[in-house]
Amino acid sequence: MENQTTILNLTEEEFVHPGNRACSGCGLSIVYRIGLKALGKNTILVVPPSCLTVLQGLYPVASTKLPCVNVTFASTGAAATGVRAAMRALKKENVNVVAWAGDGGTSDIGIQALSGACERGEDIIYICYDNEAYMNTGVQRSGTTPQGVITTTTPIKGKLQEKKDVPSIIAAHGIGYVATASAAYPLDFYDKVRKATTISGPRYIHVHTPCPPGWSFETRYTIKVGKLAVQTGLFDLYEIENGEFRLTGASKNLVGKARLPVTEYFKTQGRFKSLDKDIIKKVQEQVDAKWARY
Amino acid sequence: MTTRTFCNKISRSKPSPGDGGNTGSWRVLRPVINLEACIPAKRNKKACFHCWLYCPDSVVSKTIPPVINYEYCKGCGICAEECPADAISMVDESTHPVEEK
Amino acid sequence: MHIIESGNVAAATGVKLARAQVIAAYPITPQTPLTEKLSEFVESGALKAEYIPVESEHSAMAVCIAASTAGTRAFTATSANGLLYMVEQLHWAVGARLPIVMCVANRGIGAPWTVWNDQQDTISQRDAGWIQIYANDHQQIIDAVIKAFRLAQTVSIPVMVCYDGYLLSHTYMPFDVPEQSKVDSFLPAFAPTHFLDPENPGNFNTVTLPDIRPGVDGEMAPGYIEIRHNLHQDLRATLDTFVEIDKAFEKEFGRGGNPLVEKYRCDDADFVAVCIGSLSYQLRDVIDIMRENDVKIGVMGVQMYRPFPDKAIVDALRGKKCAIVFEKALSYGNQGALYADIKAALYTSEKKPRIHNYILGLGGREIKTQQLLDALTASCTSPDTFEDTPRWIGLKL
Repeated sequence: MENQTTILNLTEEEFVHPGNRACSGCGLSIVYRIGLKALGKNTILVVPPSCLTVLQGLYPVASTKLPCVNVTFASTGAAATGVRAAMRALKKENVNVVAWAGDGGTSDIGIQALSGACERGEDIIYICYDNEAYMNTGVQRSGTTPQGVITTTTPIKGKLQEKKDVPSIIAAHGIGYVATASAAYPLDFYDKVRKATTISGPRYIHVHTPCPPGWSFETRYTIKVGKLAVQTGLFDLYEIENGEFRLTGASKNLVGKARLPVTEYFKTQGRFKSLDKDIIKKVQEQVDAKWARY
Repeated sequence: MTTRTFCNKISRSKPSPGDGGNTGSWRVLRPVINLEACIPAKRNKKACFHCWLYCPDSVVSKTIPPVINYEYCKGCGICAEECPADAISMVDESTHPVEEK
Repeated sequence: MHIIESGNVAAATGVKLARAQVIAAYPITPQTPLTEKLSEFVESGALKAEYIPVESEHSAMAVCIAASTAGTRAFTATSANGLLYMVEQLHWAVGARLPIVMCVANRGIGAPWTVWNDQQDTISQRDAGWIQIYANDHQQIIDAVIKAFRLAQTVSIPVMVCYDGYLLSHTYMPFDVPEQSKVDSFLPAFAPTHFLDPENPGNFNTVTLPDIRPGVDGEMAPGYIEIRHNLHQDLRATLDTFVEIDKAFEKEFGRGGNPLVEKYRCDDADFVAVCIGSLSYQLRDVIDIMRENDVKIGVMGVQMYRPFPDKAIVDALRGKKCAIVFEKALSYGNQGALYADIKAALYTSEKKPRIHNYILGLGGREIKTQQLLDALTASCTSPDTFEDTPRWIGLKL
């Protein structure tokens, strides 16, 4: 996919108010702000508990200018289904129904409802922002936490298991559009969300969102850290459109070129401080093997 | 028939800025734009705007020159880090007079 | 028009007449034929609605919650473990003040697995804030479903219509199917003032603080406790509202008059058997036998269990010698929940009757007329000598 959008022609209209409760330097804040620009006004959001619940505001003030229903943790995919069903019943067809959930709410507790919605072919966009742990509750491990990462529930040895590959699981449902993106590449994300709005059926976008407090790096490095995840080949930007896989943007530009070693990424964050040489070697080999297939 | 109004208290919020209060008060370091280096300011035309694009809190304007809303800027420093012209420096708040509320 | 059909089909027909717009359900015995019928209504075009075959009961209620928030009339149905699987969602639907209607074909809860009838499923959810209406026969099922939709949208609180699994869900009885035009005039379309609307964006079910907080317009917004107090006050007011809705229903359809409790031969009675559900109709036969033997006894079916019709029950029991409470559920480690509720309601009553508690029929254990007769005879013979603990009927081992 070629970038349609540049900084200069990206809309100035904002759908997120400043002065919200998101942490300083929040990767989610970047993608939420950019994603809502792509979705536009005619959108209804469905949000389970997550950092986004906090960003959205405390009653009676909302930080989002779009209609939003907060739903229970496990129910996001089904709740989005319900909004869409209501839109059909009310003949309001031109509304984007968008679920926006975290990695825990998607890969762990919410995967059943999401899988059900994908299998039924529900006409919804599901955006998972992946900060790789339960950040809102204070950095507990989730299904998408990478191996070796220190969290508050993997406090000494780091997580023993590997990261769950959620986009592949969703792609296995055979839905029309699956994409990954990164907060460090907001225009790539913007264009993917825009494209998603032009497709019907289930659409899934998995966006990597660096988290300064959860990952232990200084707030100013959110973009740098996000870019290193892509440039080391750990997190890839791609689309799977009607079953056809293609790398996009910065990942596409990496094909056939030397990638930075994964240690360049690991050393930027305190959460990797317990990584031993064996895991680093294994991860580098996995990344190399993956890229040998691209 | 009953004249009672049912359900007159329910959690339904209205959009507004500043849910978290004056989040500018979170700041330890303040981004200050050097207009001599800032690309759109220098060229006096719409250009660059990395600070606007990457700002998590939409507190930088897409204008010539870009203006930072210090009432809500949380001082993360992403704009300074991503500015291709190194035009933004992070200055200790304590050296600045308190301007905002 | 009278038809002979199952209780589940009576419920489905009520949902069709109520013109539910979004239906989501997951199959569970003995509710299943209800959802099968609804999917048939929708697929055949007899009912213009969205039918969502969800992957769980939790999701069934999620669909209803979201669809209702978006401004449509939503329905689901379940039983037993399915109800328990959606418990989190039950509370959410109440707190979000959504007029969802749900049928529950009452069934015992595992473990061990049982598919047969008792009422532990819905009774265990009495504190969720849902309105609970119990139907005693097929006519009451279809009527209650129609009334439930009007009640729910009048008070902005979800309503459970409960009926005994198998005993009512799968048995066939004649009942009158109300005319669509009359239902339409009785039940206005759902037109909420607030719903998910891009033209008027609101954020629903936002995190709410312990204390009050000023809003954008400077007006003080309630904290969590004020919102919950309002819910409770509305639930208490629901008792009168349901009586009014029942009167309106009676005017339109010629049936009704017993919205909170349904009494049979109670007026001159010294003794009153009390229960929930179809058992009250079975007890009528026993009451008739005892009346032939000059025992002045009646039976009262509790039609609305939440909000609890304490005043109606106290009025019905005023001056009686003894109330004998039969329950197909209990608050484990304590007593029957209905028994405990009635006892509490009677506390401030001047002329308190004695009150006895029997537990029976759990997991579908057959309830024999002779057993009921023996229990009632024991209670009526020595009303003063009973212990304040439930007696169990029909234990064999």
